[in-house]
Amino acid sequence: MSALLKADEATALLDAAIRGELPDERGRFGPFGGRYVPETLVPAFERLEAGVREHLHDAAFQEEYQTELREWVGRPTALTFAPRLSESWGAEVWLKREDLAHTGAHKINNAIGQAILAKRLGAERVIAETGAGQHGVASAAACARVGLPCSVYMGAVDMERQAPNVDRMQRLGAEVVAVESGDKTLRAAIDEALRTWVTDPQGIYYLLGSAVGAHPYPYLVRELQSVIGREARQQMLDLAGGLPDVAFACVGGGSNAIGLFYPLLADDIELIGVEAGGTGDGLGQNAATLATGTPGVLQGSYTIILQDDDGQVQETHSISAGLDYSGVGPEHALLQATGRVKYVSAQDDEALEALEELCASEGILTALETSHAFAYARGYAKRNPGKRILIGNSGRGDKDMPTLTKYPARIRSHAGA
Amino acid sequence: MPAHERITAAIAAATESGRPGLVPFITAGYPEPADFIATLKAVAEVGDVVELGIPFSDPMADGMTIQRSSFVALQKGVSLKWIFEQLDSASGEIDAPLVMMSYLNPLLAFGYDELAKRAHAAGVCGFIVPDLPFEESDEIRTALEAQGLGLIQLVTPATPDERLKVLCDASRGFVYAVTITGITGGGTGLPSDLANYLDKVAATSGLPVCAGFGIRAPDDVAAVGRHASGAIVGSALVEVLEQGDDPRPFLRSLIGT
Repeated sequence: MSALLKADEATALLDAAIRGELPDERGRFGPFGGRYVPETLVPAFERLEAGVREHLHDAAFQEEYQTELREWVGRPTALTFAPRLSESWGAEVWLKREDLAHTGAHKINNAIGQAILAKRLGAERVIAETGAGQHGVASAAACARVGLPCSVYMGAVDMERQAPNVDRMQRLGAEVVAVESGDKTLRAAIDEALRTWVTDPQGIYYLLGSAVGAHPYPYLVRELQSVIGREARQQMLDLAGGLPDVAFACVGGGSNAIGLFYPLLADDIELIGVEAGGTGDGLGQNAATLATGTPGVLQGSYTIILQDDDGQVQETHSISAGLDYSGVGPEHALLQATGRVKYVSAQDDEALEALEELCASEGILTALETSHAFAYARGYAKRNPGKRILIGNSGRGDKDMPTLTKYPARIRSHAGA
Repeated sequence: MPAHERITAAIAAATESGRPGLVPFITAGYPEPADFIATLKAVAEVGDVVELGIPFSDPMADGMTIQRSSFVALQKGVSLKWIFEQLDSASGEIDAPLVMMSYLNPLLAFGYDELAKRAHAAGVCGFIVPDLPFEESDEIRTALEAQGLGLIQLVTPATPDERLKVLCDASRGFVYAVTITGITGGGTGLPSDLANYLDKVAATSGLPVCAGFGIRAPDDVAAVGRHASGAIVGSALVEVLEQGDDPRPFLRSLIGT
């Protein structure tokens, strides 16, 4: 994809990104991003953009947000040294523990921030989409916390594979709306949430869960998730005695990855995003958007997407619902095009194996999404011995039990191999 | 004259004859690709302008009917290339000006310059792109206008007055006034303050105004016809075609001919 930018353009854009100048006033990260939305939603996006400008860096908003992060989310989350994994991999492995955040994943950082924003903007109710259910749970909890009704749109396929999270959302007071259209996963859930938003753009706040979509969402979500990288950077200095050589994060839409990477862009740290390699390289067998996709417009943003020659967006496959998405945040598209971040993939079975290894060696049941980052990091560590490695442990795996119980034999055979 | 003026002229001709212009929408190749040109001809017999929907995998501004038609057409292999080939084969047999309705990505994948040339050759006079706001539209507008094709702008009841003026001025062919804040195929009836809204759009626009979304019955067409130059009928027509019925009696009933 680096062919998309000339070398001097890439350098200038990366410098602008590091200086915090992106997105530009049109919501662009270089060629990527923008705002491709139906005319009915244009005023709503303009209001949201103005609201973000007014509140996000305002002292009163920040005080409320930081207090909630500290006292309700439980931040800062721990940085954990992984001694047995380190020994096995021949590396020094550190985990940024977003699985310890309230509701069990990084998603809550964004959800509580946007819920506070929704309240300040006078929204009557909140809608959200969810893939793995983590953003749905986080949105349900955050809306309960600020006192706003919440409806979560979730693909019917995802409702089945993440059943425990459906129950959690309902207990947290949210309405869960099954999406039977399209591919019945995250992409269809976003389409359906947008269709609902169109019906009442004034009264509804759309709490988007990843760093995707039309401007200002990729910016807003990045700002709210960057707490991950800021904390991790300081914790590495304090606990590990220095910055990592390399940092890994899994990438679906890319919110946890941008949250970890963004504060590390200026440092001499290799950054690697790991996408879902599914069952293979063929179109439809994976969700490795950056690794195999091409530029296009999906759900409001010009970014890299999985599509056929006719511009039809392709269905994806991943064992993890949270990575099962045909697009990716536009800032990741830029970071790939500039060469600053490398995007790779790990397959379903490699992720399962990594999940098992982390359970056994460190007593941490990580999410299937996160397992992809571990799977790639493990191979990397063995190829590059002696590295200090930081892994964004984006969420916990309790929600994946229905999927994991389908694979006991496979896991045992890997463990015994 | 540029092709987009044919659209304007066709709506104006309906107004001259004392009735609202009728813009039927069909999803290309639905329900059966083999019947596409026959269906198009039948619809074009009654319609003043025909809006041709290009199927897309993520029709985010559309309700269930058009979503369904879009997915089925894709499953049956309908693509923009195929549609152009079919239109070429019917060259000269369809009088009504054609307008293509497509989400942006299939057009982007086709390439804007090539798209404009191919569309012009196939008798297409304009485009409606529901996920392309004015601010992002320079590139495709330039390519289309180089071939005389128009980019039809949508306006909605939520559009602020200043923006309404910008959109009306930028539009070619007609101005597409979305009647409701919602998606296509709404069944809850037209809003009560529709008249004021359509009057405002008509007063702002130098082009004919055609109203669309949620228009299903002769009464709806008559209601918007008092305040707009034309009515766009999509989901209700697609449902007629789904039943395997001849679209002409339904379309004639809408305009009382």
